[in-house]
Amino acid sequence: MHAAATVSEPATFLRRLATPRLGGLGALALLLVALPLAMPNAYFYEVAILVGLNAIVCVGLNLLIGYAGQISLGHAGFYALGGYGSALLATHASLPVWLSMPTAVAAVGLLAWLVGRPTLRLKGHYLAMATLGLGIIVSIVLTNEDRLTGGPDGMSVPPLVLLGQPVSGEALWYAIVGAALWITVLLALNLIDSPVGRALRALHGSEVAAQTVGIDAARWKLRVFVQSALIAATAGALTAHYAGFITPAKASFLHSVELVIMVVFGGMASIWGAVVGAAVLTLLPQFLTLLKDYEMAVFGAVLIVTMIAMPRGIVPTLARLARRD
Amino acid sequence: MDGSWLQFVAGGLTAGAIYALVALGFSIVYNTTHAINFAQGEFVMVGGMGAVSLAGLGLPLIAAVPLAVLGAAIVGVLVQRLALEPARSAGQADVVTLIIITIGVALLLRGLAQVVWDKRIHPLPAFSGSTPIAIGGATILPQSLWILGCTAVAVLALGGFFGRTLHGKAMRATAMNPLAAQLMGISTRGVVVASFALAAALGALGGVLTAPITFTSYDVGVMLGLKGFAAAMLGGLGSFAGAIAGGLLLGLIEGLGAGFLSSAYKDAIAFVVILAVLFFMPGGLIGARRSDRV
Repeated sequence: MHAAATVSEPATFLRRLATPRLGGLGALALLLVALPLAMPNAYFYEVAILVGLNAIVCVGLNLLIGYAGQISLGHAGFYALGGYGSALLATHASLPVWLSMPTAVAAVGLLAWLVGRPTLRLKGHYLAMATLGLGIIVSIVLTNEDRLTGGPDGMSVPPLVLLGQPVSGEALWYAIVGAALWITVLLALNLIDSPVGRALRALHGSEVAAQTVGIDAARWKLRVFVQSALIAATAGALTAHYAGFITPAKASFLHSVELVIMVVFGGMASIWGAVVGAAVLTLLPQFLTLLKDYEMAVFGAVLIVTMIAMPRGIVPTLARLARRD
Repeated sequence: MDGSWLQFVAGGLTAGAIYALVALGFSIVYNTTHAINFAQGEFVMVGGMGAVSLAGLGLPLIAAVPLAVLGAAIVGVLVQRLALEPARSAGQADVVTLIIITIGVALLLRGLAQVVWDKRIHPLPAFSGSTPIAIGGATILPQSLWILGCTAVAVLALGGFFGRTLHGKAMRATAMNPLAAQLMGISTRGVVVASFALAAALGALGGVLTAPITFTSYDVGVMLGLKGFAAAMLGGLGSFAGAIAGGLLLGLIEGLGAGFLSSAYKDAIAFVVILAVLFFMPGGLIGARRSDRV
């Protein structure tokens, strides 16, 4: 689409943000580096870390929901298993944390591959039901195996030790999470610009049409399901070692739903949408706590109004407006 | 038969009847809109809490219960008119967006409930006392019989409505093919509104019936909504008989699982069974076997 001769300044800026690769990655890097200058105290760092961790999960989940068109209402299960897995390996198997994290993430990937094979044969709402069931089973097991997991009260998680020093302090964790987010976005952008990404988008358009041109639908769906689970588990492991604590609430159905809301709110099939959705919906409750009892009602109302006004999500809607100018 | 068997079956069927009512609501709305209404559980809450409030005002149950169900139906109509119709008429909301909107509605209703009412747990008086009845070694609360009886009556009335009345047939026609129904002069918009009223009323009925046994609070809709959704999927989304079969089966699995295996794992057992069923019957027990539209 060619723009008119006179292009307003914000429109060019927005368009550059909307171009997936260099512009966006550069802007994200700049934002991540510049943000600490605007953050006066540890609380801001905490919120920023939370945003980053949610954004990592959402970028992965958006590959599955937005690009491959397969909904998952159970990704909080993978997220929590990453955290619990790493914590348990570090506590009970005495693995160093730099080793327990990748081991747990790999194990979650294997699990996702095993359950993904039968699950992804289901379509639409039945897939939503099956993933929801998987997530709930994980959450029930984590809650009830209290000798291992500490039950509903959760368990404490040993700190990440690098170069003989425990990693602590908000600034350091901000750097780690920021780097992880940037790498996740880079990997996701690479994926969707590759033949795999085109295959996924073809699947989303029409699975039958995709299959007739030789795309192995089951294989690609399973692959992106496992990838999104790996990303969720990584974020889960980072969260656990950052917080030093983990509870089964991380695996709950509500958490799975929150993650899907972030993806759809920000914009399906938009990597930047996932980041923006995670940022807005992580920050919003911080402000809404001021409303006390009205918090939940207002959050619901914001969700309804936004999704009616911008059914495709924030980033795709704004990108389209910018293009139209 | 052993008394404990009967006990667990009776308990399972009682819970299952409630799940069936909620599942019917999911299926009715799905049939007219092709959307999953995740606010369905909140109608259960509105029914139960509404009845508690009305009874608290001194109304007899015989008036409080129908009023609460009617109130929930009105809430259902409002939800459709204010939240879902604007999204659907814009024309570019896909199914996932509609689901998120219904989740927003659920949060809004739950949030309003904790402001309008409170966060405490409320009992509703049992319809006819709470002296347990002994049957063949099992003891059953009179309220369980009310639940099973009222559910049976509701299902029969619904069957009559869909099978014999013009309005019911219009709803079925819209479910099969909205465009053709519209061409036959059916107000499909009216049908969608009616489906929300009906779904909300069925959910609220479930909420009122179960409130004397399981009590009610602003957040009961989360779990009951989830179970109703699971029941609808187990039976086959959009199927009338499937919703009832799915609900009763889900209740039975939970009741027997809790009784003989582990009460902590009863929900996990139920979901494992649902997953197993879906892996072998990807359209649910009585789901339509249809081919993909290309």
